[in-house]
Amino acid sequence: MTGTFVGMPKFPVAAREALADTQLRRNLAHATATIRDKRARVVAEVENWEELRLAGAAIKDAALASLDEHLVRLEERLTAAGATVRWARDAEEACAIVAEVAQAHGIDEVVKVKSMVTQEIGLNEALEAQGIAAWETDLAELIVQLGDDLPSHILVPAIHRNRAEIREIFRRRMDGAEDLTDEPAVLAGAARAHLRAKFLSARMAVSGANFAVAETGTLVVVESEGNGRMCLTLPEVLVSVVGIEKVVPTWEDLDVFLRLLPRSSTGERMNPYTSTWTGVTPGDGPQEVVVVLLDNGRTRALADQVGRQALRCIRCSACLNSCPVYERVGGHAYGSVYPGPIGAILNPLLKGVGVDEQVDSLPYASSLCGACFEVCPVRIDIPSVLVDLRSQVVDAHRGGIPSRESVAMKGAAATFSSGKRLGLAERAARLGTGVAARFGASAWTGARDLPRAPRESFRAWWRRTDGGRS
Amino acid sequence: MSARDEILARIRTATAGVSAPNSAIPAGSSPEDVVGLFAERVADYRATVVRCTPRTLRARLTAALPEGRVVVPDGLSVRLPDAVVDDGLSPAELDACAAVVTDATVGIAETGTIVLDHGPGQGRRAITLVPDVHVCIVRADQVVADVPDAMPRLDPAKPLTWISGPSATSDIELDRVEGVHGPRTLIVLLVG
Repeated sequence: MTGTFVGMPKFPVAAREALADTQLRRNLAHATATIRDKRARVVAEVENWEELRLAGAAIKDAALASLDEHLVRLEERLTAAGATVRWARDAEEACAIVAEVAQAHGIDEVVKVKSMVTQEIGLNEALEAQGIAAWETDLAELIVQLGDDLPSHILVPAIHRNRAEIREIFRRRMDGAEDLTDEPAVLAGAARAHLRAKFLSARMAVSGANFAVAETGTLVVVESEGNGRMCLTLPEVLVSVVGIEKVVPTWEDLDVFLRLLPRSSTGERMNPYTSTWTGVTPGDGPQEVVVVLLDNGRTRALADQVGRQALRCIRCSACLNSCPVYERVGGHAYGSVYPGPIGAILNPLLKGVGVDEQVDSLPYASSLCGACFEVCPVRIDIPSVLVDLRSQVVDAHRGGIPSRESVAMKGAAATFSSGKRLGLAERAARLGTGVAARFGASAWTGARDLPRAPRESFRAWWRRTDGGRS
Repeated sequence: MSARDEILARIRTATAGVSAPNSAIPAGSSPEDVVGLFAERVADYRATVVRCTPRTLRARLTAALPEGRVVVPDGLSVRLPDAVVDDGLSPAELDACAAVVTDATVGIAETGTIVLDHGPGQGRRAITLVPDVHVCIVRADQVVADVPDAMPRLDPAKPLTWISGPSATSDIELDRVEGVHGPRTLIVLLVG
């Protein structure tokens, strides 16, 4: 692994490789089964869960429908509370703003709160190129960073690693870690010791935000370990990169998401720590607060009538944990910081289809079983978006040399549209199944079973028995 | 065009003709014994819950404190003569404190959560973060049933910290382990 998703192969190629890794499959099966059970238990405790899901979806839809107004209000409130608001069209602009803030203070290292959006924009690499070191402080992010690895899950980026592998990474990369056991508590203690001095001396932190409340200018970070609180509280300067879809209109709206997110995400009634802050608080926490509002493809997704619902996503990762495809291949095969079912729709929506083969392969990385929709706390109908994106991918590839699949589909259309041709084909199929599997259809049968043709077709049976009367 | 104007223009084009659905905030749970449930749910996170009366609070508090320096915020509801009152201690000085004692703003029964708004008696955010033991005094009349009951009692203009048990992680095989960067021990004194 090289620390970048750039140049990843198409999903089917990457998936085949991942499936061959039995250790990975064991780690994933164990972790996803654990979290699915925990989630199911705490969701069952909430009597009006479905009502909460509907409310979550409606609040996000309302926020997106007037997103311009909410963002302008958010900017106004943040500015009034002493924060500086910057806008970034894309990853490059956002990274440049963060680097500029650090350089203005002569800062060459920053501590980071786990954040999907800073992964998405490749912030760590961009800062490094400017001579600024970025320290990941979330335990799983630390495991990924120290292992020169890539994240494979939204909530638990190191889900593909088991305790023994984590111990090895720590032994290699941490001072004084030779005697560690593989007890999770011991490993967590090692991370605490490793980062303690960094937290106490850090001058600048970079975070994302789970929510941004427009009416009050409040940002929210939901976490477990306290590394978030350390970053949000101790440094002098705090820069938060916030995707424009993170806006919720009112303070009361936040309530619904604080009830939906922890149960869906870690399977807890509430996560250990949630921090909310509104600009600068004199005498408490960072005295310079910068908020970067990021587009980076979100307005493209917003323009997609079917796909815009993906912007409701609150990054809980319940869809990953419930997906039979994700459970088997893991996150790396999706070639993005957003893996799993949500990644299969979010990546094409943010980046557009017909440009990159890898992105175009993602809407097919699903059996359309619908488990993701069932667990989604904001009711994103992922299967419907997948199907719509498949048609967009097909449309984007019209013209030019037709693919083998489209030739096969055209042939099938011709066969099924004529009774005579179908009859001939049925007879041929009884003879030809084995031949087809070996030659023409091998691209299809490589990952699927080719059903054996029945001895007698329905049409032949009808003719022979006069529709069952004789 | 500035990035701001361009993004806003893209949004307006993308959302032209899209109407906002109505939504109502669903009710929270309404348990019979709110304070009892709070105690149970806080303990579920492997925090220590000590129930006491205003009269026994001082004794219980003293018994709960570990050896070493204790830091308290200005305006704490209980007088602790031996404790250091925070006057802007540095992170390193806070790191040398064994424990911190604070009051709270709201307790939420359903989720076993304590919310601090960092006003008098609660102190700035760093003092409840760096010391390894956090002793938090919650009065029974501060405990509400569920999250929607807590929201109107909280002022978003103030920084808020919602605490549900000690610092924890599930990052290794999704196994919950208490004790990472925040206080590894949380003791809740529930008064009344």
